[in-house]
Amino acid sequence: MAEFKTAIKEHGNVSIINLAGFLDAHTASSLESEFTKLIDSNRFRIVVDFKDLAYISSAGLGVFMAYIEKIRDNNGDIKLSGMSDKVYNIFDLLGFPLLYEIFKSEEEAVNKFKETKSSEK
Amino acid sequence: MKNKLKNKNLIIKSRTENLSAVRDFIASSARSAGILEADVENIMLAADEACSNIIKHAYKSDPDGEIKIKVDYTDDKFVVTIQDEGLSFEPDRVPEPDLQKYYRQRRVGGLGMYLMRSLMDEVEYISVPGKYNMVLLTKIISGTQSNAG
Repeated sequence: MAEFKTAIKEHGNVSIINLAGFLDAHTASSLESEFTKLIDSNRFRIVVDFKDLAYISSAGLGVFMAYIEKIRDNNGDIKLSGMSDKVYNIFDLLGFPLLYEIFKSEEEAVNKFKETKSSEK
Repeated sequence: MKNKLKNKNLIIKSRTENLSAVRDFIASSARSAGILEADVENIMLAADEACSNIIKHAYKSDPDGEIKIKVDYTDDKFVVTIQDEGLSFEPDRVPEPDLQKYYRQRRVGGLGMYLMRSLMDEVEYISVPGKYNMVLLTKIISGTQSNAG
């Protein structure tokens, strides 16, 4: 069976979810539970790093759609980083770059949250 | 012999844990047909989407349904045929996804069908209600790797 793993780390008030392996209709539920845990802990500034993700299907893409509204309603965001060209192409085919900010690296995505924070009153 | 038809088969139970076996089967078949790696990935994803839809919609997540996957290929095209005996399906009733609308309505369905149509050259649905449903995913082979065999 293909493996999928998530690891969470905290960077100030930003939570980073690192994805590794294969995100499909079988493994999407484990990413859903990570989002649920973060939302339940009132952590709404989330970076999802795809550097070690080998594969994504629409079930995986659906997870981002399922939580984004609630997160933005709480002044947070999901920012995406580190996608391979192959994974980016799937996001692009479905028009995700219009709805999500996508960065080359995890650091850039985290820094974007810091800029947002410093501009807030 | 040039243009000789070759085929391979895989039968799985309708469980999402079997999607990785589907992907491995499609990838190894497409690679033995000599298909370019980028197309191998696209065919693999389209087959994953088709099987995911069958598990969720045709079998309503019943884990004991049967899904038959067959690949046929010649020098010109690679066809994946996926058959189930679950509930029938009317593809024309599934609209093209509008992501902005999905965002507002928190809907995620229909993305898989859209991906299949985007990644493959042809997608055909055949449904005989009460008997079987079939989806045919066709990729026209435009370029091949040198290790075809």
